[in-house]
Amino acid sequence: MAVTLAMTLLRRLEGPQTLGRGPAFWTAFALVVAAAIAYPWFADGYTVGNTAYFFCWVFMALGLCLIWGYGGALSFGQTAFFGLSGYAYGVLTLNVGAAYGFTLAALVLAVALSAVMAALLGYFLFFGRIGGVFLGIITLSVTLALERFMAQTAGPEWKIGAARLNGYNGMSGMPPLTVPWFDGDVVLFPDVALYYGLLALLIVVYLALRILVNARFGNVLVAIRENPERAEMLGYDVRRYQLAAFVIGSALAGLSGTLYTAWGQYITPSSMGLTAAALPVIWVAVGGRGDLTATLIGTLLVLGGFQALTIYGSQYALVVMGLLLVVVVLAAPDGLVVAGLRGLGRLRRRETGR
Amino acid sequence: MDLLTHAFTFLYQIGDAFSFLVLSACGLAVVFGMMGVINLAHGELIMCGAYVTAASTRAGLPLPLGILAGALAAGAVGMVMERLVIRHLYGRPLDTIVATWGISLAATQGTLILLGSSMPGIGTPLGSFTVGGYSYSTYRVVLMVAAVAVLAGLYLAFNATRFGTLARATIQVPHMAEALGVDTRTVYALTFGLGAALAGLAGGLYAPTMTIVPTMGTTFIMEAFVTVVVGGADIFLGTAPAALVLGTVRALLTTWQGQLFGQIGLLVAVILVIRVLPRGISGLILRERA
Repeated sequence: MAVTLAMTLLRRLEGPQTLGRGPAFWTAFALVVAAAIAYPWFADGYTVGNTAYFFCWVFMALGLCLIWGYGGALSFGQTAFFGLSGYAYGVLTLNVGAAYGFTLAALVLAVALSAVMAALLGYFLFFGRIGGVFLGIITLSVTLALERFMAQTAGPEWKIGAARLNGYNGMSGMPPLTVPWFDGDVVLFPDVALYYGLLALLIVVYLALRILVNARFGNVLVAIRENPERAEMLGYDVRRYQLAAFVIGSALAGLSGTLYTAWGQYITPSSMGLTAAALPVIWVAVGGRGDLTATLIGTLLVLGGFQALTIYGSQYALVVMGLLLVVVVLAAPDGLVVAGLRGLGRLRRRETGR
Repeated sequence: MDLLTHAFTFLYQIGDAFSFLVLSACGLAVVFGMMGVINLAHGELIMCGAYVTAASTRAGLPLPLGILAGALAAGAVGMVMERLVIRHLYGRPLDTIVATWGISLAATQGTLILLGSSMPGIGTPLGSFTVGGYSYSTYRVVLMVAAVAVLAGLYLAFNATRFGTLARATIQVPHMAEALGVDTRTVYALTFGLGAALAGLAGGLYAPTMTIVPTMGTTFIMEAFVTVVVGGADIFLGTAPAALVLGTVRALLTTWQGQLFGQIGLLVAVILVIRVLPRGISGLILRERA
């Protein structure tokens, strides 16, 4: 019984829309998860907290991968939802506090707010049949407008309840995520506890997205990406599928924003600025927008590389990122991770003589 | 303040918003309308024009020549960009937009590293004039005239020159134009260069009115983008009317609630407009005509 259930689940995790299938892939997956679980035993608390910081961003990247890579709709404004949810988490928790596990409720509410805003904006965009480059421009304009708005909220009149918005300096001092437990609350400071929490959440989201894109929904989404007219002629309401993908992806961006705010206990308007908005696009493009696993690996690699560069010369990091994006688009439009995996596959086929 | 002064102030503000939208958007609109390419590094080309104008004016060149130098420099940078990156991405509009974003990031940060966080500006010339007890900057009126002149110049360039005819032929049916002996690559390169030069011109014209910093491009791009989105693919039937409508919206909201609400209201107006007119104003006009 349990075995059949596991087999059904496994079958749903694989399909034409994701790279990686069969025992070899899942063995590697299990090894990576085991390594990730064992990792905090061998590293100090600061490094573990830093890795948790990387995990915060991955959700936004996976969301963009769904919207752009699978749905074919390029959104440049995922940071708008990142910032919106981050601010919402701050406002909620600064007003209510962290007792009775309210931070978790605030997390859910903040993500829901992003989903609602995405549905509203997405309705105008997708039902207005805004596609292609215009979608990117409008979403980018939305995040820039939000940044400008939050940046001018420095005065004391800009407050929601007890929470001052604080203009360009941003909000700080909100409580970290706190899980109520039998013998007192567990506070998830950026440390081992938060690392495990985020790792579990990441695995759940990754597997859930794999199921989603390999299900009917994902197949239709890819059909729309490949040829919207054909999908429409076959009877699918293109607008609804794209809107649904946009809402899910934006909720994930909101999740990233909330987790980031809870991680560092601060959020600033620049998290919605032009540079911040470019970063998710870079992660997804460099990793490979057409595949969730490639995006996941690419995001972690680019984040790691970006941080390493920042240590050696912070000012050059952005130049390198910008040029990396140009080179990837020109030389490996499917992404470096996807190109690498394909190369490996070709090599293996050649060795087995097929 | 009597009614007439009110009316003048309001018209002045509409004119100011109109010229800002036209000048910052026309380069983008030329490239988008002719090539279907959105250049996210448009703001950085504007920044380039402003830097060159400021530097050459401080070096002793008269301001109009400085502005010309800024436009030419940005045009040259644009041609190089086209040759190295854009040319390889024709037919892939989403990839073009992503690649130009990479250029934009690298250019902003590169300028910051090379030239520092700000450049000494040049003062606004021509002083001010007074109407009904309120003073207005004369240079802003020059900008309004410049915006109209740019539109007129573009109209002539595309309708009365050989380049314009070749460009329009290339845009309509590229392979037919090629078969008739038009060097379409050169036409695309020149069109992109023209768009970049117009961006540089906008930067040069606005250089005396703002602080010159590497991130100044972002001041322009949001407005430029929404104008092009609302306008649609045609410069004369799209960008100009869109700039007028959006300029009026922005002037109204700015008078009512301040500059920030002018910008945010602009964006909300755009999102509402595209729900009704997905192909922009030029799409509407062309459909009516057809």
